Amino acid sequence: MKEEDRLEERNPMEEFLRMDRMPHIWCPGCGLGTVVASFAAALRKSQVDLNKVAIVSGIGCTGRVAGYVKLDSFHTTHGRPVPFATGLKLANPELKVVVFSGDGDIVGIGGNHFIHAARRNMDILVICVNNFNYAMTGGQVAATTPIQANLSTAPYGNFEYPFNLPYLADACGAIYVARWTSLHLRRVTKSIQEALAKKGFSFIEVITPCVTLYARRNRLGDGLNLLKYYYENSEIQHGADTRTLDIDFQGKIIVGKFIDKEKPTFFECMNTHLKKVLGDKYRPYYGE
Amino acid sequence: MVYFGDLKPKKGKIHIDKERCKGCGFCVEYCPRDVLELSEEFNRKGYHPPRIVKEEECCYCQLCEAICPEFSLYVTLKKEEEEGEKSESRP
Repeated sequence: MKEEDRLEERNPMEEFLRMDRMPHIWCPGCGLGTVVASFAAALRKSQVDLNKVAIVSGIGCTGRVAGYVKLDSFHTTHGRPVPFATGLKLANPELKVVVFSGDGDIVGIGGNHFIHAARRNMDILVICVNNFNYAMTGGQVAATTPIQANLSTAPYGNFEYPFNLPYLADACGAIYVARWTSLHLRRVTKSIQEALAKKGFSFIEVITPCVTLYARRNRLGDGLNLLKYYYENSEIQHGADTRTLDIDFQGKIIVGKFIDKEKPTFFECMNTHLKKVLGDKYRPYYGE
Repeated sequence: MVYFGDLKPKKGKIHIDKERCKGCGFCVEYCPRDVLELSEEFNRKGYHPPRIVKEEECCYCQLCEAICPEFSLYVTLKKEEEEGEKSESRP
């Protein structure tokens, strides 16, 4: 067999994933693998230098992504991927830092870090995979669990108000906010491409089915049923008011790109301000 | 089938890594031409991997590759030999 032919027969994910770690631990029917494939496609299409990309993730099912990718990656403590990513970006502003983690990790345990990174407009991309519960630890109620959903710490149904993640990110100052379900794979890819090209705090929420816990406890069928259900109950409304994006249990999910604006990033604000105050004594840290 | 202008149907090959498959059925459900189906046979882990039933129907849209959560299914496109130009094997 010729060299060229052999190259063509390789799995395209090999350049992106550590194939020796496969098969991954995600359950059959989980949508997480699809999101990782969309992310890989976005990186390939936007032609970023893979040596300048760093993935940070916390604990949880989605947190395993950092261990599976063949990029510089960091698997941090629970809820802390955003501060680690902030540190990475501050230490090496050339890096494209991507936080790839779950809802429990980013807005549950690490909620405070998330809002402050968004407030400062740190130049990072946060991909939050929302499966509506803490799946790796046994299906506890998370900050995003819809009212009425049955989970292991809510055997009679959940009664807490859930977070509306695009509204949270928007209110804290994110410059790019989008929400998709994992079956919108081409749109997720395009969204990640757009967000990678933007400077500032970008936030993409991807709704995925959790088959072993959320679907089983609520009798919603298998992964395929849930994937199809989320897709069919989603309605694309680009630029919708983020206050109206609450998700009800088995209700309609509004998806789309909600916020896409420009704002000076943390580095730009720091350099402009300190230059104004200190004058020539100040040497700009980034750009300029 | 009718194609616009100079557009030609793509040619390629579907590769299935049966041992890595977990039988979720996403590829079978969302194939636009119903090229795949879940087979009766088991793989080493006890799942039913998909098999190709109508390869001549395949339009090589690569949706199965994009949707496979196990990264066990991928499609390679064949180069067009008639024109002699080196086209990209991947879009």
